[in-house]
Amino acid sequence: MTDTYPHHLFSLRVENKSGVLVRVAGLFARRGFNIVSLAVAPTDDERFSRMSLVVDAESAPLHQVRDQLDKLVNVVEITEIEPSTAYQVELALLSVKNDSSRSLFDVISAHGGAVVDECPSSVVVKLDAHPNEIDAFIRALEPFGIIDLQRTGRITMTPS
Amino acid sequence: MTKHNWLVTDAEDIPRIVQEAFYVATTGRPGPVLIDFPKDIANAQMTWHFDDEVDLPGYKVLGAPDPAAIKAAVELLRDARRPVLYVGGGVLKADATTALRQLVEETNIPVVTTLMARGAFPDSDSHCLGMPGMHGTYTAVTAMQRADLLVALGSRFDDRVTGKVSAFAPFAKVVHLDIDKAEIGKVRRPDVPIAADCRLGIEALVAAVVEQRQRNASFFSRERLSEWWAELDSWREQFPLFYEEEGEPGFVKPQYVIEQLRDATPDDTILVAGVGQHQMWAAQHWRFEHPRTWVNSGGLGTMGFAVPAALGAKVGRPEQMVWAVDGDGCFQMTAQELITATVERIPVKIAILNNSYLGMVRQWQHMFYEERYSEVYLSPDVPNYVGWAESMGCVGIRVSAPEEVRPAIEKANAVDDRPVVIDFRIDAKEHVFPMVAAGASNDDIVVHPKLAQR
Repeated sequence: MTDTYPHHLFSLRVENKSGVLVRVAGLFARRGFNIVSLAVAPTDDERFSRMSLVVDAESAPLHQVRDQLDKLVNVVEITEIEPSTAYQVELALLSVKNDSSRSLFDVISAHGGAVVDECPSSVVVKLDAHPNEIDAFIRALEPFGIIDLQRTGRITMTPS
Repeated sequence: MTKHNWLVTDAEDIPRIVQEAFYVATTGRPGPVLIDFPKDIANAQMTWHFDDEVDLPGYKVLGAPDPAAIKAAVELLRDARRPVLYVGGGVLKADATTALRQLVEETNIPVVTTLMARGAFPDSDSHCLGMPGMHGTYTAVTAMQRADLLVALGSRFDDRVTGKVSAFAPFAKVVHLDIDKAEIGKVRRPDVPIAADCRLGIEALVAAVVEQRQRNASFFSRERLSEWWAELDSWREQFPLFYEEEGEPGFVKPQYVIEQLRDATPDDTILVAGVGQHQMWAAQHWRFEHPRTWVNSGGLGTMGFAVPAALGAKVGRPEQMVWAVDGDGCFQMTAQELITATVERIPVKIAILNNSYLGMVRQWQHMFYEERYSEVYLSPDVPNYVGWAESMGCVGIRVSAPEEVRPAIEKANAVDDRPVVIDFRIDAKEHVFPMVAAGASNDDIVVHPKLAQR
């Protein structure tokens, strides 16, 4: 699945220390690079965290982003990921107005979403999928009335 | 502003952090670091220990160059007919000046030394074309514009060197050697990037040149550059650094002061400058012969840098004479450091080029803002620089006529037990030439009007 906007995808291994995220974010702010999404979590090795970073390609030349990130003392390893081939996934949670209609639940199941909580006035739906599929899911649910929406930012991995 | 910084949150981390800080500050592309000690940490008790080695898994220091890149670079060097070595401060930081001299001897290629690289290659060597950039020599600037190959060694294509980037060195292929990968391709995409330590990189280039010549004796012949050298020499002849020696009564020429200072001081004198016209005159008219004899704030543009930097230089190199050339505007920012110099017996010498203006700003307002002088006038007499110097325990001397210049410098040179300040009165109308206007092409370099008329 291809993306609708040009971007660079990076997977960073960083030292698991306080202040590392702000160094990465600060670098992007100073250089005027736009972050499209960012997800951070510890890895199986407690010394390191994994950062999945999507950067707007129009705001930033690829080699500049990579070389500047590489200069940060706490960034251990940078992997550039080819967006067209990498497995990419994102998790979204949506709270949607519950009109108890058949069509709401049809839309949810058609996109592979799942209802994880429900009350008379609203339902909480989750979908883990490629970010573009999440975009489509959100558009499909908009007519029902989205009350709240949260996305994790994408994470990616390639076989190595 | 810093290369890296640390916030100490546990006193037990102090030894590790201090060790890491010195390592990061002094290796790779050296740079300042900062350790933030909160008050509670500074008061805490801990047992001191040293770790055996620094563990920074994300910090990489580049070393030797990629042989393939050296091979590609040396082929460009061999085939170029209008090459220029564009030498930056990285050559000094990497202690690569000996290797650079070898490269020049082997290849006969002309050298330009940027503001940060003054002293990296001797000005007295005929291969040195001087400083490039906004206030560089005509020959250095124009050589880069006409070059078919630029070999950037520890330099970063700063806008003060390139002028309008799209018009910079339009015919040149580029070899870029730097220890900081992020500098390579940041401004100008090189044909051959070499990410490596500058000394190891230049040494590899020298070895590759020697090897090429062994393969074919006609490679790197001196004659291959004879047309280029003829052209460079004609520019040097036609457009030398120039100023009018006759000035208004009551003033001395700043360029003359620098020349006299240069001629009246030992060869290894350390020269320090602030920021502005005086800095450019110093960079232009001094003759730099040795590495690490020029201290200035470069791209950081730190007004007031000269006095405290001179103290540092003198403490670090007590056996060498240290002169600071300063502007009156700069001097007012940090002159109080001379109290420390007196109390701690650090005998630095300060030459104030006092034109009672923030002269570089005035020059821009004169040339580009229709003489709308705004917030640039200071007073020549307030503060009374001689009185101020004396009140801080220094010797103070005022000079307002050309014949007083040399005796004043010699008097200052003879003082070794306290700092000396000389207040040189210079004419505010004096401009720094040559000049490339900000954002203009280096092809549009403006030389001194009198030189242009010749």
